[in-house]
Amino acid sequence: MKHRIAAHVRQIPKSGIRDFFEIVQSMKEVISLGIGEPDFVTPWHIREAAVYSLEKGKTGYTSNLGSPRLRRSIAKYVERHFSVEYNPHDEIIVTVGVSEAIDLALRAMLNPGDEVLYHEPCYVSYSPEIALAGGVPVPVSTRAEDHFVLRATDLEKAITPKTRVLMLNFPTNPTGAVMPLEEVGKIAALVVKHDLVVLTDEIYSELTYDNVPHHSIASISGMKERTVFLHGFSKAFAMTGWRIGFACGPTDIIEAMMKIHQYSILCAPVMAQEAGIEALERGEQSVERMREEYRLRRNFIVSSLNDAGIACHLPRGAFYVFPDIRCTGLTSKEFSLQLLAKKKVAVVPGTAFGMSGEGYVRCSYATAMGQIKIAVERIADFVRG
Amino acid sequence: MIVFRLYDPPFPLFTCRCLGDTVLMDSLIRIIRQNSAISHADLARQLGIAETEVSARISELESDGTILGYHAVINREKWDADTVTAVIDVRITPEREGGFDRIANRIAGFEEVQSVYLMSGGHDLMVVVEGSNLREVASFVADKLSTIEAVLSCATHFRLKTYKENGILHALEEAPERLAVTP
Repeated sequence: MKHRIAAHVRQIPKSGIRDFFEIVQSMKEVISLGIGEPDFVTPWHIREAAVYSLEKGKTGYTSNLGSPRLRRSIAKYVERHFSVEYNPHDEIIVTVGVSEAIDLALRAMLNPGDEVLYHEPCYVSYSPEIALAGGVPVPVSTRAEDHFVLRATDLEKAITPKTRVLMLNFPTNPTGAVMPLEEVGKIAALVVKHDLVVLTDEIYSELTYDNVPHHSIASISGMKERTVFLHGFSKAFAMTGWRIGFACGPTDIIEAMMKIHQYSILCAPVMAQEAGIEALERGEQSVERMREEYRLRRNFIVSSLNDAGIACHLPRGAFYVFPDIRCTGLTSKEFSLQLLAKKKVAVVPGTAFGMSGEGYVRCSYATAMGQIKIAVERIADFVRG
Repeated sequence: MIVFRLYDPPFPLFTCRCLGDTVLMDSLIRIIRQNSAISHADLARQLGIAETEVSARISELESDGTILGYHAVINREKWDADTVTAVIDVRITPEREGGFDRIANRIAGFEEVQSVYLMSGGHDLMVVVEGSNLREVASFVADKLSTIEAVLSCATHFRLKTYKENGILHALEEAPERLAVTP
């Protein structure tokens, strides 16, 4: 009975967030700032469109690439918001969330031993997904003093002859970092110089604040043909449970991704695809409303934490703050566990997002303002001792 | 105006564009329209300005007549369940000098009248009236409203149930379950 599980799966460490989740789940009356999804319910007009599609009997498979109408909507939306043109016929694939798209892209491109660069602290899935696809994950650290932006100089040091792919995620979960155009340009130049492919997860792109624009690396001249652009509905449209996302990229890569997708998934759920059309075509106002609410909460949490003596930079994107808790003399894990035990507030230790997250915790402000207010008061109490 | 203590980034990230005055006022008014009971301290943190500035801005809005009042939205099933609300479609003859305004203001002056709107379509005014019982509203319509000389006709509709009022749903939505910690 030994070794029923494949060696490469056994080697993947358990998610740090999962451990923490088990502890929080066992406790009562916890206020959680540990939730990486919008607290808003999907806007009603989107839910209503999905209900209508069910009433009309839209319950069958769609094309493997996703319904043609949705792909056309995606092409228009991406062109309008990211200034990149994709052909809905063969440059777009609809997937079960961006997570599936990442998996497909990595499996489609990697040969065993190929190195994949990504910036850290980062979303928890990147490293395991790279490893599961046979690649070698190579993290590049980002720093608080740079607002967690990826610097081209740091990136270049990590490039080797085996490097094939660069993964980007701006705005970033867990730091809320947004890339300035100048730095995106420098990174694009490195990608061309070293003949890499970029896998850019732009799931938080609608959520930037203070008029700070989001720049997609795909829109930089010469980058479209070496970029797989990933986006979805979960964050901007509050549609996490619908499990729907998409990838846009060069025909050969999309075709290869489709090969894996058609045998493993067949197609994304039709109901979610119908909802996706409504979101892209008429969702702008709902997004604006939620973005404004996130902005106010971000302001509130940043100023409250700073007043409590916890240094917290003002993130320009996503819905997370990543405060520096080193002043307490605790590690990220100790801080999170003690805060949970003593004050019943859940935050996620920065180390769940890679070793360079040590000294930080992630607080999500995708939680009602009233809850945030109580949570930061408790954190302030905790820090005062 | 911005009071956040930020790290000073060693390399230029963004030119910090301060929010314009209109954007600030838009946000302020939007928040208090949703929740006028919010404290000035909380408003200050959300808007990123000083509490004293919030207070100054609000007094200004109150004194220049931009903010006319504050209301609580009450669930009538739980309180004042017998109160009667009627929406009355009124047709009137406009006057040569004042148009609809003089008559509309005359109607608006009655205490029973909650709202008066000039409407497009088949009627001229929409008048919302509240009374403690049916008879009170009926006598207002018969004795006060329909006897005004310029009033040509009234069509009175009574409220049976409230589902949503001023943007607030009356049936409390159950909060959907969320996982406690997610990546």
